[in-house]
Amino acid sequence: MFRFAIKMLFGDSAKFYGILLGLGFASLLIAQQASIFVGLMSRTFAFIGEVGHVDLWVFDPTQSYVDEPKPLRSTALSRVRGVTGVAWAAPMYKGLLVATLPDGSRKVCDVVGIDDDTLAGAPAEVVAGSIADLRMPDAVMVEVGSSQQQLRFPADLAPGAVPAPGQVFDPKGPTRAVEIGDIIELNERRARVVGLVKCAETFVAAPTVYTVYSRAVTYAPPSRRVMSTVLVGANEGVAPDALAARIEEETGLAAMQPWDYSMRTLGYWMRETGIPINFGIAIALGFFVGIAIAGQMFYNFTLDNLRYFGAFKAMGASSRLLLGMVALQALVAGVLGLGLGLGAVSAFGLNAAGGKLAFKMLWQIPLIAAGAVLVICVLASMISMWKVVRLDPADVFKGA
Amino acid sequence: MTVNAQAATNLAIRLRKVEKTFGKGESAVRALRGVDLDVPAGELTMLVGPSGCGKTTLISILAGLLSRDRGELEVFGQDLNALRRDRLSAWRRDNVGFIFQQFNLVPQLSVAENVSVPLVLKGESVGAAVKRADELLATLGLEGRGRSAPLKLSGGQQQRVAIARALIHEPRLLVCDEPTSALDAELGRRVMSLIRDRSHQQDRAVIVVTHDDRIFHLADRIAYMDDGLVRTVETHDRSSSETNSDARPGGHST
Repeated sequence: MFRFAIKMLFGDSAKFYGILLGLGFASLLIAQQASIFVGLMSRTFAFIGEVGHVDLWVFDPTQSYVDEPKPLRSTALSRVRGVTGVAWAAPMYKGLLVATLPDGSRKVCDVVGIDDDTLAGAPAEVVAGSIADLRMPDAVMVEVGSSQQQLRFPADLAPGAVPAPGQVFDPKGPTRAVEIGDIIELNERRARVVGLVKCAETFVAAPTVYTVYSRAVTYAPPSRRVMSTVLVGANEGVAPDALAARIEEETGLAAMQPWDYSMRTLGYWMRETGIPINFGIAIALGFFVGIAIAGQMFYNFTLDNLRYFGAFKAMGASSRLLLGMVALQALVAGVLGLGLGLGAVSAFGLNAAGGKLAFKMLWQIPLIAAGAVLVICVLASMISMWKVVRLDPADVFKGA
Repeated sequence: MTVNAQAATNLAIRLRKVEKTFGKGESAVRALRGVDLDVPAGELTMLVGPSGCGKTTLISILAGLLSRDRGELEVFGQDLNALRRDRLSAWRRDNVGFIFQQFNLVPQLSVAENVSVPLVLKGESVGAAVKRADELLATLGLEGRGRSAPLKLSGGQQQRVAIARALIHEPRLLVCDEPTSALDAELGRRVMSLIRDRSHQQDRAVIVVTHDDRIFHLADRIAYMDDGLVRTVETHDRSSSETNSDARPGGHST
């Protein structure tokens, strides 16, 4: 009879596709919105993940997230270095500065200054050039993603060339991506592109520019406090969490392992912005749309077949068997609808990979979507099952 | 006026003072008010009467689809009220075949699959049940139509499919609700002949609810119902087509 139940489901093609569409749409909305949410929120702490081989981040204790400008005194570096268990400590500058392009246009850039000596804090992936080239005069490296899209040079200006005095570029003329040798100005100071790096997209959609710390602070507006954070490596055998506690105790600064700092940053954006609520509403909408469309369709499907279930019941099918048939129909529709939705989301994700759109499908997201579809199917089939259980087999004699 | 003596000694169904009421209080409807009826095995019994007289309620009770409120009922010696719901379902599955007025053929299943349902419900594999369905369909003039969709058949063919479904598991009791109402006279006669052929076995009984007086002559016994009671029972001798009407007022003869 279960085989017949499946044939009954597939045979009513209009309702079957309607159910699939509803469940597919629900799982699509739930999984896609959840993936975009995760992708977007991951960007809030993506910069922390970019900095490899660091045991601890030391920063102002009132700083809520990695991009918040709460600079430290330069003495913080030596105080951290003085804590027992610290193998090395490197300064880092991170701040938004204005870049001026040859055509006179201006862009706000996210400038990262890494330790001159160790180059600790450098991005892992270098696309062109060498990180060591940052030690060259005026050297900067730009991120190939957002930077190349936003730091556009006039197409008729050769890489490395300087505009002739009085040369004017058409702001609406053709442009090209930034290349090695190009010159930009950061806070009216010369910066020469010596390489291209690849980084994860961050929440701040400004072009990312890397340079060494000593040069970054010359680009930054003069201030007694310019150092954004101190990167720390622990001595071998020293537990990072114990070292963090020691640094906090001895310096009064906050010290966190990369994951904890990421979660602190994430927590800020989750608490202080409406992003989770907005996405939560979209996800809930997907769930309720799924219930409305698929639930209604499935219920109508059962209602349409109620006379046949009644006939089966009259012929001796037990209520348990009929419930099993309805449950199987709901399960099959759910699995197919979920597959359809997740397939569409995966295709969407593959298409969005490497683009500006934030998209990150964790393994938990398909499970959440599956759970939501399961709930939709259970709710829909429970209403249908109620009709089947209450079905009086004698009704089959009452005609259509 | 002859009573089938052999059948009379072998009752398939015995009802005494059977009552059924739907609803409660002022809205209560007494569908059956104390029905007495004997249905001998090996006969085709027709239930006739005006709409609302209790025919549908009566066949529902006979077939184990409804429980009676009062009175006695035995179907092939079984008191159906004594069976629990799951046992009653199993009893229907094993003993009753249904032919519904609206056929109730599942449109998404093939003709043979529709016919095979009672066997599948009894635990037979779909493949074996469909094979037997094909064989039975062939005997009913539907050879080669097993893979067709029911809705692609004519009304008469659909009715024969419904008959095949009702007979495939060789039930002892065949319950037919207006089996000829959707058919023209010739088809109706042929369908009833098929049903009648199945009734004349000593361990079987056929109950037909009908308004169609064109088929009355095919009955072995006609129970006239009115206002929740069986008012008159006529018996027909198969060989002579004579009738035997009881002495109650309102009796009919054919």
